[in-house]
Amino acid sequence: MLHWIAEQKYTIGIVLGVVFGMLARLSMLRTDYRQYPTYPHGKIIHISLGFIAAGLGAVAVPSLLDKNYTAVTFLTVAAQQFRDVRNMERQTLSKIDSMELVPRGATYIEGIAMVFEGRNYMVIFTAFVTALFSIVFAWYWGIIAGILAILLTNHFKSGKSICHIADVKTAQVKMDGPNLFVDDIYIMNVGLDDTREIIRKRGIGLIVTPKNKNCRVTIANIGQRQALLHDLSTIMGVYRDEGEPSLLPLAKLDMGDGRLAVFLLPQELDAEKARKVLLQSPVLESAVRMPSEADVQKAGKEGA
Amino acid sequence: MGKIMAVVTADKEQVAGGAPIFLVPNAEELQKVAFKLEKILDASAHDLQNGVMILVDHKSSSE
Repeated sequence: MLHWIAEQKYTIGIVLGVVFGMLARLSMLRTDYRQYPTYPHGKIIHISLGFIAAGLGAVAVPSLLDKNYTAVTFLTVAAQQFRDVRNMERQTLSKIDSMELVPRGATYIEGIAMVFEGRNYMVIFTAFVTALFSIVFAWYWGIIAGILAILLTNHFKSGKSICHIADVKTAQVKMDGPNLFVDDIYIMNVGLDDTREIIRKRGIGLIVTPKNKNCRVTIANIGQRQALLHDLSTIMGVYRDEGEPSLLPLAKLDMGDGRLAVFLLPQELDAEKARKVLLQSPVLESAVRMPSEADVQKAGKEGA
Repeated sequence: MGKIMAVVTADKEQVAGGAPIFLVPNAEELQKVAFKLEKILDASAHDLQNGVMILVDHKSSSE
C-alpha cells in the first residue's frame, strides 16, 4: 500500500492538496451569531467554491513541476473567479441590508465580502503548499505542511476587537427637554413625549473611550459605528419597528476628545452585557487609520 | 440632509411657507398631532422648543 502511494506522487499530492484545502475552508467557515453565510445554502455555495479553490491550488504544483508554465495563467482565472465571489457577497448583503431594522452599513459589508475573497486565496495557498510538499518530498511531509498551513490561515482569520483599541463603560441616558444625552454627549432631539418615555424606560448608554490617537480615528469612522450598532442590535435585540423613526439606536462622537457615545434600545435591559458585546465587536479593517505612522509626526510613534 | 415633511405649531406667528403646516389649538394637541404624523409619514418628530415641532425624514438623506 505504502509502496503504491509512493509511486502515485502526483495523484496523492493533488488529493492531499484538495483535502487540506477543504479542511482549511471548513475551519474558516463559521456561522456564528451573525448567521452569515446563511445555513444551509449559503454554506453550500462557499464549500463548493472552497473545493474549486483547493483544486486549483493543488493542480498548480504538478503543472509547474512538469515545466508546463503556461498552466499557471490558470490562476488568473481563479483570481477573477474569487473577485466575483466578493462581488456576489457584496451585492447580496447590500440588498439584504435595506431590509434590516438596524443596517450593517457599507463598510461592514465590504469587510465581510473582502473576507470571503481572502479566505479563498488562503485555501489556494494551503492546497498549494500541501501538494508541493507531498510531491517534492513525501506524502507525510505534505500532511505536516498542510496542518501548518491551516494553522497559519487560522492565524490570519481573526481580526481585532474593540477591546484592543478602546475602553467601554456604561453610561446614563438622560433627557433634557427634547434633548437626549448619554452622559454629557448629545445624541438627538426627541419631539414626542411618548417616545421620550420609552427612551427613559428602555434606553441604555455606553461610552467608548479610544486608547490612542489611531484608535480615535477608527472609532470615529461612520461605518465602524454602524457596525457596532448592528452587532449590538443583533445580540441584544432591538426595540424598534418600521414606522417608528424616532426609536433609533445611534452612536455620536464627542468631537472634543474623541469619545463615542452609543445609545441603544435593546430587548434585554442589561447594560453590563451590552458592554461585553461591544468589547467583542470586530474592528473593521477598512476603518483603521494610522495617523501616527505619518512622517510629519515629531514625538515618536504613538500606540504602536 | 433631512427633509422637513411637515410643521406642527400652536403659534401661527412662528411659521410660514415651505412644508405643510398643521395649526393646533394647544400644546397637548401639538403632541397628539405630531405623534400621528410621525407614524403616518415615517418621519421623526423634533421639538424646536419654541412651540413648533417639525417632522423630518432622515432616511431620504442616507439612501
